[in-house]
Amino acid sequence: MTVTAPEKEFVESLSKLDGRLPSGDLEDKWDKYKSSMKIVNPANKRKFNIIVVGTGLAGGSAAATLAELGYNVKSFCIQDTPRRAHSIAAQGGINAAKNYQNDGDSIHRLFIDTIKGGDYRAREENVHRLAEISTNIIDQCVAQGVPFARDYGGLLTNRSFGGSQVSRTFYARGQTGQQLLLGAYSAMMRQVAKQQIELFPNREMLDVVTVDDRARGIVVRNLKTGELETHSGDAVVLCTGGFGNVYFLSTNGKASNATAAWRCYKKGAFMANPCFAQIHPTCIPTSGEYQSKLTLMSESLRNDGRVWVPKDANDKRPPAEIPESDRDNFLERMYPAYGNLVPRDVGSRAIKKMCDEGKGLDPSGRAVYLDFSSAIERLGKKNISDKYGNLFDMYETITGDSPYKEPMKIYPAIHYIMGGLWVDYDLMSTIPGLFVLGEANFSDHGANRLGASALMQGLADGYFVIPNTLGNYLANTKLDSVSISSEEFKEARNDCKERTEDFLKIKGSSTVLEIHRELGGVMWDLVGMARTKESLEEALDKIPKIKDKFWNDLYISGESDTLNKSLEQAGRLADFLELGELMAMDALNREESCGAHFREEYQTEEGEPLRNDDKYAYVSAWEYNENNIPILHKEDLDYKFVKMTQRNYK
Amino acid sequence: MSEVISLNLQVWKQPSADEPGSFEFYSVKDISIHISFLEMLDVVNENLQKEGKEPIAFDSDCREGICGTCGFVIDGVAHGPLAKTTVCQLHMRHFEDGQTLVIEPFRATPFKVVKDLVVDRSSFDTIIQAGGYVTVSTGNAPDANNILIAKDNAEDAFDAAACIGCGACVASCPNASAALFTSAKISHLSHLPQGKIEDDARVKGMVEAMDDEGFGACSNHAECEAVCPKGISISNIALMRRNLIKTIL
Repeated sequence: MTVTAPEKEFVESLSKLDGRLPSGDLEDKWDKYKSSMKIVNPANKRKFNIIVVGTGLAGGSAAATLAELGYNVKSFCIQDTPRRAHSIAAQGGINAAKNYQNDGDSIHRLFIDTIKGGDYRAREENVHRLAEISTNIIDQCVAQGVPFARDYGGLLTNRSFGGSQVSRTFYARGQTGQQLLLGAYSAMMRQVAKQQIELFPNREMLDVVTVDDRARGIVVRNLKTGELETHSGDAVVLCTGGFGNVYFLSTNGKASNATAAWRCYKKGAFMANPCFAQIHPTCIPTSGEYQSKLTLMSESLRNDGRVWVPKDANDKRPPAEIPESDRDNFLERMYPAYGNLVPRDVGSRAIKKMCDEGKGLDPSGRAVYLDFSSAIERLGKKNISDKYGNLFDMYETITGDSPYKEPMKIYPAIHYIMGGLWVDYDLMSTIPGLFVLGEANFSDHGANRLGASALMQGLADGYFVIPNTLGNYLANTKLDSVSISSEEFKEARNDCKERTEDFLKIKGSSTVLEIHRELGGVMWDLVGMARTKESLEEALDKIPKIKDKFWNDLYISGESDTLNKSLEQAGRLADFLELGELMAMDALNREESCGAHFREEYQTEEGEPLRNDDKYAYVSAWEYNENNIPILHKEDLDYKFVKMTQRNYK
Repeated sequence: MSEVISLNLQVWKQPSADEPGSFEFYSVKDISIHISFLEMLDVVNENLQKEGKEPIAFDSDCREGICGTCGFVIDGVAHGPLAKTTVCQLHMRHFEDGQTLVIEPFRATPFKVVKDLVVDRSSFDTIIQAGGYVTVSTGNAPDANNILIAKDNAEDAFDAAACIGCGACVASCPNASAALFTSAKISHLSHLPQGKIEDDARVKGMVEAMDDEGFGACSNHAECEAVCPKGISISNIALMRRNLIKTIL
């Protein structure tokens, strides 16, 4: 088996992509649009079967809400139970424009912060809707019993996150994602008991099935038995998260992958802005070649932690012995207005800059301090422990050092993908009947996501957007009945079977991990925090070679008709290899810097990203083409309500 | 202390629930003390693959101690020797050079072995389905600050809600009771006004489901609390019993 290297070229579509945005005043669009939608009669809802793939915040909330409305829901997840989806690892919090703190917050301010944080590469309409819905989310979660932090009077309390000057983040210690996910999970379990949801755990989606050009089903592999199954429905709701693991090391869970989204791409769903990958500034630095994942230390720590390096690169004294005058609190120095709470992309690049200048800490030179000593002095150890206790404990468990005694060492790591499958305002992809929610879509965060906004978006999509827009689709569409014994389903299943068998037939000598590590190295070095034309071209030269190695030299032991972790990983890696190339191509095409996409050629004198709004104020949406030359479609970002300006956090 | 250690592993291998299992022996060398227990098993599996042998099946996902996917028994202790720590967060610096370790799956009648160290814990979902929720559909909620909750109650609710559903409590209980898991959810919701309303139906439903799934009764061994990676207290079991008795009185 050989794979020929594809051309590093693409074709550009002449017609513009239409996000089907409602007209009218920004503030009223969502409300007016909702009231103009067609509705499925309650008695008819039970006639529809909806497939929801993924059970994170987006998938869990969507499955529960659709079932509450009366739809028959089939819920699929890759884990052994819906409660383990990787949303569970989100630590810091969830934003909402409640203005409980009376500090001047509003829906408009959250909208502006998110648009600006995304460096003017998100849709105004989607972001405004998100800000509007944010307040309902908190109400819903509290009603479910999510134990958010409270003050002595019994009211909810907030903390601050990067990219904002108000305090609007709701939190449940450092386990906000866990508590929100368990809220959605319990709502799901209530519907399972009512037989409105049928659960399919331990299933990995390998393909979407289209009938008459509409998404009507999926192929999944039962990870426990190896069996391939097909399932049909009236619509498919994809909530399969992000693909940060293309970089091998990331803060994502081990099972997080691109396969479901990538298979949809190959069936006609456009992939939008795949190069917008967020790098989180505060993660525990890498420690060796056998490291399997990177652990995040919540952004909330930057409320009280100060980021610094010794002023003198040769200063090897222990941190406690370095006086304030010999420390460079570089975020406070470079960005006095936001200080340690600059957005993630800005913080990550500043840390990289310090390390590139040789001021990084031993032993790798790829670490800076995150120091709580002045906060502990000011507020007391108990106060700090109440706020961050579990994060400090986690840091000590992993590194063996106590942040109460000495500063944490941190370095940026891949954390979240803003890009994803392209969706219109209804969250529907370019395959009719295929909806994409949460991190798996591209819609709300532009080129950079603000902290505590992922949880907000996942739940907004699942609890409040999809119940409306899916109903509108079903009420407006004539759907014939389909059967899994039809040719379309059989063919899709056979394709998946052949592909799975192919991996086992290669019988080379390299393991999945070895090849994945190699891909990750190329992606991090060449398509990572800072990119250049040269680095991206080098990536486009190297990735096909790794792909060749995969298809000619892979070795997997075991069989396909049993639980086989290496086989699962091989399928995911095969797709990561193709996706990595598209990411590099997207980054190469975008000759500007914006948000997390930093092209070194395009920066201001101060080293900030330099956008080119005249040429690149668009969403790049890539269409798969069987000859392997993708087609670039553009959706213009026509800002009517906000003026695009240079971001300034100084 | 040396930066690398060698270990002798005795690992439970079982092809499926229907086939018998046995211990296999593996000797591993040059393990960095800075990696986690699961990363050590990753190394073992890489080596096994290189030798053309089938790797040891074990489950994990987040590898930061919050998803509850990982878990097995090391030398008779669920999640191993370090208190309040899942195996993914257990680092090799806590082991000694030359040590022999016995690794087995979480064992309990309701937890069928899927393969090697992977077990089926879907009975936990069944227990939650029997009442581990608040009856509220999306869109019904009042403004969040209309529900006042005393800080202490919110904290107590959180302490119980921190359960990750890993199953270590069941695996370490001589009766294979799921009382800690079940009571944690009951206690979480019972500490909150919006959850308290359904206390009676919840405790009856969930305890019945726990029994139906084949978990044993709690007889206060407290082994569950000792191994719980999230430090869930057995006082939750007392609360569960109080709530249950109230439904009879």
